[in-house]
Amino acid sequence: MASQEENLRRALESDAPLTAAVHQRDVARQAAEARNWDEASMVGRTVTINRPREELYAFWRDFRNLPLFMENIVSVEVLDDRRSRWTVAAPADRTVQWTSAITDDEDGRLIAWEAEPGGDIKNVGRITFRDAPPGRGTEVTAEIVYDPPGGDLGKLIAKLFAKEPKMQARHDLRRFKQLMETGEISTSQAPDAAPRA
Amino acid sequence: MRALTWHGKHDVRMETVPDPKIVNPRDAIIKITSTAICGSDLHLYDSYIPTLHKGDILGHEFMGEVVETGPGSTLRKGQRVVVPFVIACGKCFHCEKTQFAACDNSNPAEKADMSEVMYGYPMTGAFGYSHLTGGYAGGQAEYVRVPYSDVGPIVIPDGLEDDKVLFLSDILPTGWMAAENCDIEPGDTVAVWGCGPVGLFAIQSAFLQGAHRVIAIDHHPNRLALAQSMGAQILNYHDVKVREALFEMTGGIGPDAVIDAVGLESHGFTIDNVLDAVKATVKLGTDRPHVLREVILACRKGGRVSVPGVYGGMGDKIPIGALMEKGLQVKTGQTHVQRYTKKLLEMIGEGEIDTTFLISHRLPLENAPEGYKMFKEQQNEVTKVVLKPDWDKEVVQ
Ligand SMILES: NC(=O)c1ccc[n+]([C@@H]2O[C@H](COP(=O)([O-])OP(=O)(O)OC[C@H]3O[C@@H](n4cnc5c(N)ncnc54)[C@H](O)[C@@H]3O)[C@@H](O)[C@H]2O)c1
Ligand SMILES: [Zn+2]
Ligand SMILES: [Zn+2]
Repeated sequence: MASQEENLRRALESDAPLTAAVHQRDVARQAAEARNWDEASMVGRTVTINRPREELYAFWRDFRNLPLFMENIVSVEVLDDRRSRWTVAAPADRTVQWTSAITDDEDGRLIAWEAEPGGDIKNVGRITFRDAPPGRGTEVTAEIVYDPPGGDLGKLIAKLFAKEPKMQARHDLRRFKQLMETGEISTSQAPDAAPRA
Repeated sequence: MRALTWHGKHDVRMETVPDPKIVNPRDAIIKITSTAICGSDLHLYDSYIPTLHKGDILGHEFMGEVVETGPGSTLRKGQRVVVPFVIACGKCFHCEKTQFAACDNSNPAEKADMSEVMYGYPMTGAFGYSHLTGGYAGGQAEYVRVPYSDVGPIVIPDGLEDDKVLFLSDILPTGWMAAENCDIEPGDTVAVWGCGPVGLFAIQSAFLQGAHRVIAIDHHPNRLALAQSMGAQILNYHDVKVREALFEMTGGIGPDAVIDAVGLESHGFTIDNVLDAVKATVKLGTDRPHVLREVILACRKGGRVSVPGVYGGMGDKIPIGALMEKGLQVKTGQTHVQRYTKKLLEMIGEGEIDTTFLISHRLPLENAPEGYKMFKEQQNEVTKVVLKPDWDKEVVQ
């Protein structure tokens, strides 16, 4: 039997995303150690979207678009070509904020970011866009590692992301796909619900 | 508006609820002129299904008049349309392949988790059929909001009355696809389990697609008589051993193709057990696939198995050896309704298909609760109930 480290090394070297690693907690732990965080959780998901890679990248890269499909985001203020200020709704009419800086940006392929120190949620992540097989659109993978904060704020944030931050990432990616493919976001809300598209 | 709402086991009520409104650009609002109660609705009626909420509007077989359109709709006010029960975006990979019942996008993001846990992928949206399929308000009402109205609804020419075209919404395409999944060849014998609406339309479709002989299986005499009137040979499973009979009737070969138009539902839909099990252990509940076992065992070597009947969880004691060793082909799934509506509408227009024989009862929408009760308690006599929102409430004795 391979050791845990070996499993992890092979997972990192494989073509599978990190979120599929058997020892994915260790991936998050390594990220936490590298940044002097207390702890870290990883969420991630891949979705195929029936649109060209460049179009999806361009839509995402204009961060002002993100609140259109990310549920809890109040606003993303673009500060300069690298930095943006994120405001996210939290329960009890509160908001949490952080400033995010792009650490890697490959046109049509990848956007990576890291939150600057001093924000309410430490987080680092990347979104990658790969061509699906010919004629089948684009495979979009989001991977995010974050440090769940402690204290009162931590409790709020746990509530905010429900029990499962993974769920939130999935919902947001599904809505991104819906918006890009259909031009709207599917909803079955009651008749008097506000429009979302 | 007035609508039929679900409140619990055997408790559906006519209530006054807010009118639907346009929410998304591609939406349309339809004023319902006819809507039917489906066999599938009975399972919402019969059992406690966790993903139904009190006050949910039921109904997935409906048609009516366009009264409002969003800027992205291709419909025009005043058009008469039939609306497919499957909600499909028309733009995703599956929709482009005309696999509309596999649409990626119509189930709202926050509703898709449960079926993703159960099946590994989210189910497609549908009208009036629990929050598992999106929690969309159904069409047993005066009005309904139709998302992606540029893809689903089919416009009906004047002169074709409602009763002739209403079943384009579900059961007619379902019967047609069930037969198509049999890849019928000249000389074929097709055996159909279940003579409910789906089975009866499958029988009609099998003949239209060139079946030499159809053998229909059920136990309700009236439903078997309808099957017989369409040209099928009939078997009452209370009177004969089905497998034995089929073997003998086909010269010891077995039917070339078999259709399970029963599913689990005649035994009580077990989705509730499934969901409880998911919550508890992330294991799936066990279905009782009696008919599925029987069709696999009865089918000839190298034959085809078509399963329009609905299953929800895990199957125990499936004759997997017979399935493999006989080299059977299996095709199944919710119906890709949008794929068939145009062709079937043409066939109805040309008189090749008649659907009105199925309707045993027409009632005002206000009498929908009585309609459910009748449909549940008198399966032999009541083959299909159609509800009319603009009829005045009747006093039913
Ligand atoms: N695939 C789809 O998209 C789709 C669409 C509509 C309905 N359905 C499903 O198709 C099935 C049939 O629908 P329906 O509206 O005709 O239902 P129904 O309940 O009216 O008819 C089912 C019939 O099966 C008979 N039956 C029960 N046990 C049997 C057995 N052991 N052998 C032979 N017959 C038996 C019953 O007597 C009944 O007449 C249901 O499972 C329904 O949910 C699927
Ligand atoms: Zn139906
Ligand atoms: Zn689709």
